[in-house]
Amino acid sequence: MSNYTINHLRELESEAIFVIREVAAQFENPALLFSGGKDSILMTHLAKKAFYPARIPFPLIHIDTGHNFPEALEFRDNLVKELGVKLIVGSVQEAIDKGRVKEETGVNASRNSLQIVSLLDTLEEHKTDAALGGARRDEEKARAKERFFSHRDEFGQWDPKNQRPELWNLFNARKHNGEHFRIFPISNWTEMDVWEYIKLENIALPSLYFSHKRECVIRDGVILAKSKYITLKENEEVVEKTVRYRTCGDMPITGAVYSDADTLEKIIEEIATTRTTERGTRADDKRGETAMEDRKKAGYF
Amino acid sequence: MEVQNTQLLRFTTAGSVDDGKSTLIGRLLYDSKSIFQDQLDAVEQSSQNKGFDYVDLSLITDGLKSEREQGITIDVAYRYFATPKRKFIIADTPGHIQYTRNMVTGASTANLAIILIDARKGILEQTHRHAFIASLLQIPHAIVCVNKMDLVDYKQEVYDNIVQEFEEFSSKLDIKDVQFIPISALVGDNVVNRSENMDWYEGSTLMYLLEHVHISSDYNHVDCRFPVQSVIRPHTLEYQDFRGYAGRIDGGVFKAGDKVKILPSGFSSTIKSIELNGEKIEEAFSPMSVTMRLNDEIDISRGDMIVRENNTPEITQDIEALVTWMSEKPLQSRTKVFVKHTTNECISMVKDIKYKIDINTLHRIEDVDKLEMNDIARISIRASKPLFVDPYNRNRFTGSIILIDEQTNETIGAGMIINKN
Repeated sequence: MSNYTINHLRELESEAIFVIREVAAQFENPALLFSGGKDSILMTHLAKKAFYPARIPFPLIHIDTGHNFPEALEFRDNLVKELGVKLIVGSVQEAIDKGRVKEETGVNASRNSLQIVSLLDTLEEHKTDAALGGARRDEEKARAKERFFSHRDEFGQWDPKNQRPELWNLFNARKHNGEHFRIFPISNWTEMDVWEYIKLENIALPSLYFSHKRECVIRDGVILAKSKYITLKENEEVVEKTVRYRTCGDMPITGAVYSDADTLEKIIEEIATTRTTERGTRADDKRGETAMEDRKKAGYF
Repeated sequence: MEVQNTQLLRFTTAGSVDDGKSTLIGRLLYDSKSIFQDQLDAVEQSSQNKGFDYVDLSLITDGLKSEREQGITIDVAYRYFATPKRKFIIADTPGHIQYTRNMVTGASTANLAIILIDARKGILEQTHRHAFIASLLQIPHAIVCVNKMDLVDYKQEVYDNIVQEFEEFSSKLDIKDVQFIPISALVGDNVVNRSENMDWYEGSTLMYLLEHVHISSDYNHVDCRFPVQSVIRPHTLEYQDFRGYAGRIDGGVFKAGDKVKILPSGFSSTIKSIELNGEKIEEAFSPMSVTMRLNDEIDISRGDMIVRENNTPEITQDIEALVTWMSEKPLQSRTKVFVKHTTNECISMVKDIKYKIDINTLHRIEDVDKLEMNDIARISIRASKPLFVDPYNRNRFTGSIILIDEQTNETIGAGMIINKN
């Protein structure tokens, strides 16, 4: 007699596919928020599996800060073609040009917070009532409190103290006009689970996740890529380093790590022994103890 | 096909701040090397800012601003750690009386409950409450940790008395598998490493139990239940005639060739194939998400259920359930609510509140006219369409419902279906 068990990766996969299918069934205009990072690439893979052989029944939304890694953009365009899905791009540059938001100034200027306005505008324009995202609870302490189905009021705000209880796998998608949901199907995955699954399923990733040589600027201990979006301070210099990225955000705020890991096997080995969280390299989370909670309340991913 | 065979275990921790719950979680995370250096640095920094002269491990689990300010856990927080044997998800729920709804939420998906008791205080009202909720939500396994043994000189007598008292109380409950461990979360006795201070204890450490408790029979592998989430029809040239039913197996084992019956229509067919992403699956069982294809073209839509011919759930509009009330707005009988059950949702009427349960004494309180937040009661519901239900103690998926407020859309109740007789 066989032993009816599945391993943890298949259980997490099953849970995520169940959630993605619930979204397609319970909402009129869902969309998948696609950053170009490994978690959103994983999300497209899970969505493809959920509806195969039909196409993914919702578009991808990319909020383009204009500060992307070029290899991430190229990867995005190829993936969209391969999946045969629609891509909606919300542009932060456009929001700046229209005067909807004001660009930060100074050497540490970032467009990270500006994304919130573009995101909410894009969701509203396309009448998106459910935005699927690849956020995970193990990433950050405010995200540890997220629901799978996370309700947002008509202003796109999150009210963490007054969340709907979420029982079993019965997801309550009821809402009033103008409200929407953020949906997090891979809530229960850890960084290690994501990498092990990427290896198991042989999922392609942008090259920046693997070890490569890059011109960098070291600022406050963070290894930043040299790019036209970064202004050098007086005593700073450009140095070539062998690095890779653990997350993929905007070029001026995403730190690399020194690494020789150029295969999935080596990356998994590296993560198993690493002593810092993946968002530890993100300058946007270091703007205060509750930086993520504050941005999430306002409508951030 | 698979790289490894690590199982996933989901557990809840029940206990108040004083019981050392956060310390225990901190200990499990720390000893399994799941706390990262930058997290520890941040917690050390926060502890210093608050003027503590020790590192407050509870700051790891308390995520929200108001929680950190008040030093209490408001909401369910999920934590993750792994050992070479298993992956673990902790639903860390607050122990205060006003947060019963969070404990129920965390318990609803758990394989195992850790119930913490302070060795100095013994069994308290809240221990009764925690054990009752574990029983009510049918968590398959419970581990009772008698904590702070270091503060009672590691005396066996103290431990034995607590175990005996707990067993007397829990004999009235329905917890199938209970184990007891004397521990000190602060010092680390019997958490990950065996204690050298309690020779008289011959059982396992907490970590050993977490790694080895048998969880594969926690799902129902007997009664075949497949609620349809949606119908997959590609409308492409290559797959013109493809029609697949997307869903998660909620019970039993399905195979290609099996004779099945579709509810509510009652039509019969056989399974053509079970697949995911075009790959065939030999045997499908809980909690797998699959796509099922049948040999006959039958009109099937979301909310229908595929079952075996000789083993069907009850098809009924009248439901009896034990419900946990989760809203500040009290429930009165003759209230209209939305009921969500498997992939069905319909307007329903709460007809009657039969009795409330005093969760400290387990006594029934009859003649109640309304339910307040955190009350647990037996109610009867009339649904506007037939639902396909099993008793909750037979199947947690097909035996559970949530109640949704018709006006506010809030989730206001969690219900466990019971046999009418």
